[in-house]
Amino acid sequence: MSGRRSDVVLRVEGLRIEVEGSGVDIVDDVGFHISAGEVLGLVGESGSGKTTVGLALLGHTRRGARIAAGRIAIGELAVLGQSPAALRAMRGKVVSYVPQDPGAALNPALRIGTQLEETLEAHGFGSSAEERRTRLGEMLDEVLLPSDSAFVRRYPHQLSGGQQQRVGLAMAFACRPSVIVLDEPTTGLDVTTQAHVLQTVRMLCDTHGVAALYVSHDLAVVATLANRVAVMYAGRMVEVGTERTLFLTAAHPYTRRLVEAIPEMSGKHALEGIPGTAPRPGHRPTGCFFAPRCDFAVEECTGSFPPVEQLGENHEVRCFRHGDVATELARERRPAPALPAAETDTLLSVRKLDAFHGSFQFVFDVDLTVKPRQCVALVGESGSGKTTLARCIAGIHANFTGDVSLRGEAVPHGARERDRRLRREIQYVFQSPYSSLNPRRTVGQIIAQPLKLFFDPSRQETHDRTLRALERVSISTSVIDRYPHELSGGERQRVAIARALVAEPSLLVCDEITSALDVSVQAAIVDLIAELQREMNLGLLFVTHNLALIRTIAEEVAVMSGGRIVEEGPVDRVLDSPQEDYTKRLLTDTPSLEAALAAPGA
Amino acid sequence: MTSAGPSTAGLGTRRRGLLLHGITGFVLRRSLLGLLTLFLVSIVVFAATQALPGDAARAILGRTATPDSLAALRKQLHLGEPMLQQYVHWLGRFLRGDLGNSLAANEPVTTLLGTRIENSAVLVFLSALISTPLAIVLGAVSARRRDRPFDHAASITMLTLAALPEFVVGLGLVVLFGTTVFKILPAVSLIAPNEAPWTHPKDLILPTLTLVIAVCPYTARIMRASMVEVLESDYVEMARLKGLAEQRVVWRHAVPNAIAPTIQVTALNLAYLAGGIVVVEYVFGYAGVGSALVDAVHNRDVPVVQALALMIAAIYIVLNVVADVAAILVSPRLRTSLK
Amino acid sequence: MSGAETAVHAGAAFQRRPLVLLFRRAWRQGRTRIGVFLVLLLVGTALIGPLFAPHSPSEFVGLPNGGPSSAAKLGTDNLGRDILSRFLWGGRSILGLSVAATAIGLVFGVTIGLVAAYSRSILDDVLMRAMDVILAFPSIVLALVAVATVGPKLWLIVLTVGITTAPRVARVTRGASLDVVERDFVRAAEAIGESHGRILLGELLPNVTSPLLVEASLRLTYSIGLIAGLSFLGFGLQPPAADWGLMINENRLALTVHPWGVVMPVVAIALLTIGTSLIGDGLSRAAAGIERGGAE
Repeated sequence: MSGRRSDVVLRVEGLRIEVEGSGVDIVDDVGFHISAGEVLGLVGESGSGKTTVGLALLGHTRRGARIAAGRIAIGELAVLGQSPAALRAMRGKVVSYVPQDPGAALNPALRIGTQLEETLEAHGFGSSAEERRTRLGEMLDEVLLPSDSAFVRRYPHQLSGGQQQRVGLAMAFACRPSVIVLDEPTTGLDVTTQAHVLQTVRMLCDTHGVAALYVSHDLAVVATLANRVAVMYAGRMVEVGTERTLFLTAAHPYTRRLVEAIPEMSGKHALEGIPGTAPRPGHRPTGCFFAPRCDFAVEECTGSFPPVEQLGENHEVRCFRHGDVATELARERRPAPALPAAETDTLLSVRKLDAFHGSFQFVFDVDLTVKPRQCVALVGESGSGKTTLARCIAGIHANFTGDVSLRGEAVPHGARERDRRLRREIQYVFQSPYSSLNPRRTVGQIIAQPLKLFFDPSRQETHDRTLRALERVSISTSVIDRYPHELSGGERQRVAIARALVAEPSLLVCDEITSALDVSVQAAIVDLIAELQREMNLGLLFVTHNLALIRTIAEEVAVMSGGRIVEEGPVDRVLDSPQEDYTKRLLTDTPSLEAALAAPGA
Repeated sequence: MTSAGPSTAGLGTRRRGLLLHGITGFVLRRSLLGLLTLFLVSIVVFAATQALPGDAARAILGRTATPDSLAALRKQLHLGEPMLQQYVHWLGRFLRGDLGNSLAANEPVTTLLGTRIENSAVLVFLSALISTPLAIVLGAVSARRRDRPFDHAASITMLTLAALPEFVVGLGLVVLFGTTVFKILPAVSLIAPNEAPWTHPKDLILPTLTLVIAVCPYTARIMRASMVEVLESDYVEMARLKGLAEQRVVWRHAVPNAIAPTIQVTALNLAYLAGGIVVVEYVFGYAGVGSALVDAVHNRDVPVVQALALMIAAIYIVLNVVADVAAILVSPRLRTSLK
Repeated sequence: MSGAETAVHAGAAFQRRPLVLLFRRAWRQGRTRIGVFLVLLLVGTALIGPLFAPHSPSEFVGLPNGGPSSAAKLGTDNLGRDILSRFLWGGRSILGLSVAATAIGLVFGVTIGLVAAYSRSILDDVLMRAMDVILAFPSIVLALVAVATVGPKLWLIVLTVGITTAPRVARVTRGASLDVVERDFVRAAEAIGESHGRILLGELLPNVTSPLLVEASLRLTYSIGLIAGLSFLGFGLQPPAADWGLMINENRLALTVHPWGVVMPVVAIALLTIGTSLIGDGLSRAAAGIERGGAE
């Protein structure tokens, strides 16, 4: 990675953003700098305040928040304390923003040409419409989009997600700003498009010497793109360093745990989650915010928030025990557990499955087998048909043809046609824990629902079984009377898993159950599922788009694309020596921490 | 998001199969739907007035019934025939423009209503002229100045006024300006049925004001909600982050997305007015279609009731079709998905 | 290491049950409290007013359209009856009829809306078209059409107002339910084989109560206005009954002489409708606030 160590372009000191009215801090004491041509990755989980910091660089806050203190300087110009007119002049020209959701950020009523041109016009680029047109063509060429007039006249909804994001990039780079803030711009894009977009960002930054702040929760992506990385936790910046330093020799316990939670392609180590949740604004303890969840915490840590300590030319950390954390480098990471030996019987058999939405076909001619106590991973990008396939198997989606059988017994297509026993045997866990639990029911009622349907138990028995189920998924039994909105995302997902398990199924279908969760929570859930599978002798169909996850959990993998299974086989074989082009491409394009660290240069 | 999904046929419809082409197809389909609704409405009107169990003629004539008058009425309304035949005849006559004879005035309904329709039209037109722009501006300005004093004051006022039934508003105004507090405006309109309303401007003030106050708050609130949604959107935030001048953000980014709701608000406004004139005209003794309807019901004048009910329903339906079509034409996303 | 995750939710104890949360939030607003006060005041007047009436509502106590006197504190009406007494007696009918009509409309409307949203099939279209037919009339026009041949029977009034309320409730219910129907927990209930009825009542209905409560208060406001209006036009309670709407019409001509016969019932109806409307608005804001800011 080329890093031009030229002058510092952006300098932030003592930034504090608080809730308007109550004064509760969202983000405090944040300081960092970025040089020209450099990309600083700003990582953190949900609630860390990273997006808030990103927006603040443009002098903007979301509704209900205000910038209370701090200094933000871009070259000679100060961002804070400017008059509205001066600030407007800076936005787009000196500092610009690439939003997370390009589809929503483009005005559906205006053509993209108009939206691109107005940035130029607003900042006085080009003295005539003619000049601006030429410039527009250049902008589009730079981001590898067509620049013909037909394309320029399109409306945003007529572009694909990747194209929309490129338009967003073009708008941001149009006036050659000094600083660019990118807010998770590749969320929702498929892996290949994401790879292209990252390349484009890198190229633009290098070519124009722009200082970039790349906000993301995806550490693998950040490792691929950034020169330096800053880690945020609960509104504070806890560590800043070069990418190599942070990922290999982190000095802050949180950073270390975060890195350990990232799934690796090689699958050498077990995934480790971080128990507990990050404190929300207004609920933050005195002292270090991470102390309640930290292995290294001592009494000093609860007294005051650790000050910034300089550990090297480019390495800063805020931890009282950073010395001990560094020497713990040699701490052994748990190796990935051995997977159980496969059986010879067949649990689930799918033959010639074709699935439809209305009259459009989404899944073509799929054959799939899951043996008892075996985990099969179903991998593919969004739109590959994997969720549709999983739902057909679970009976949630009934519009399909083909044979599904459980232990040789034919299974009717829709769940309603299946008898009680079959419905019980195949259970499904949904992707979003925010949508799969009835907000008007308590946890106890949610888990009791399948119990009552499948077993006719007495009240006492229901209660006992519910408690057992909660214990099994390692969640405090006090949640039995709580409502879903009182639980965190990870906790809700555990409840959803408990609900599935209480039916005592023989096949569990998990549909992207970690995609909606933070990295640290993700690891814990995957670990839980693996453990449960072994304990309860479950057959497991694990659907995901994250290739790195499957090594720790699955024996077999089926890769899907465009509704078909393009490659299948043992996990080791497929990941280490893929046969099909699609699989090869998928492996190359997926950002990987190991690959990024192994690459030459830093 | 990869584009692996099917292209939705827009409009959130589940209709696959026969899709007439483009915008003309849509207009055609929407209009046919409107006609179907009108047809069903006619059945409802017919059923409610003539197809009742028991003796309709006796119900209509009530205490004044004599064997002769009963027989005459039955003959006039074709009550002896089987129901379906009655309906077909009735509908046929209507479509040919023969609205029957008024039972009370014993003249064709069309002559009776002629000038009244004009009078009501003037009243509605005047009220719409004032209330529609008022609602749009109030809604937009409240949205702009959200949660500030103007918005709070406007919101409470609109809420209070919207709660009041029209006759309460009307009588409140009468007490205020006509009879008790200030005696400056006429409490009852003295316009004869065949005089042009605009020759007596003073008589128009209170009815118009009543209608405006009765209708405007509803639509102003809807307008405000739509504008707030637009102003809080991601694309407006993005426009600000691009450093565009506020003028441009509002006029080029926010307003084009607020046109569809504006059109709907306008149509809604007119529709509410069409309903509001019934009570308001009665309160002020205004010789229009609304008071004619009330009189007709008082007199059990069935043909007049049928004609007016159908007319008002038809206006409603037409307004809805126009609003739907306009909303489609105005939104590029929906427009292009039709092609 | 999947250690037990305890919910680190420090801070003030907060309400858990979603409905109680809604009411609390709504109550915190000034407008809701004013609304409740107004409604209680007027309902009280309507229900226990008759106990305080100095005369019976049909008793003649003086000359027609007389001003305030010792026998009639607010004067006499167009037939010489005591305005105050008639006023105290006149609220029951409007209240009773409106509540009954709104209740009918709610029951039908909610059922239709839920079924339409859940069916996701041609049944949805058919039901909504049927609703459109009723919605093609302004409510008052439909009521007048119904009354035209049969006459102003009370049960007919209640039924018709209920019928005009139902489609509006159905639309709102359907709109809110469509969001809920797409959520995974409904899918989950279907996957384990829960019956359709149980899903409608247990999964859908509890999740649309917030918008429904708001709509219910809106409909009540409107029903009161409509029924009072019908009475005013002469199609509600018939003379010599004491009814606020009827009173307003009876005493209209005497407005120039003295206003109480009109002003008292007008103010009463106005305050009642404003009250219900404020409660509805308070609930609406509370619901929106909960959605935006999370449960605090």
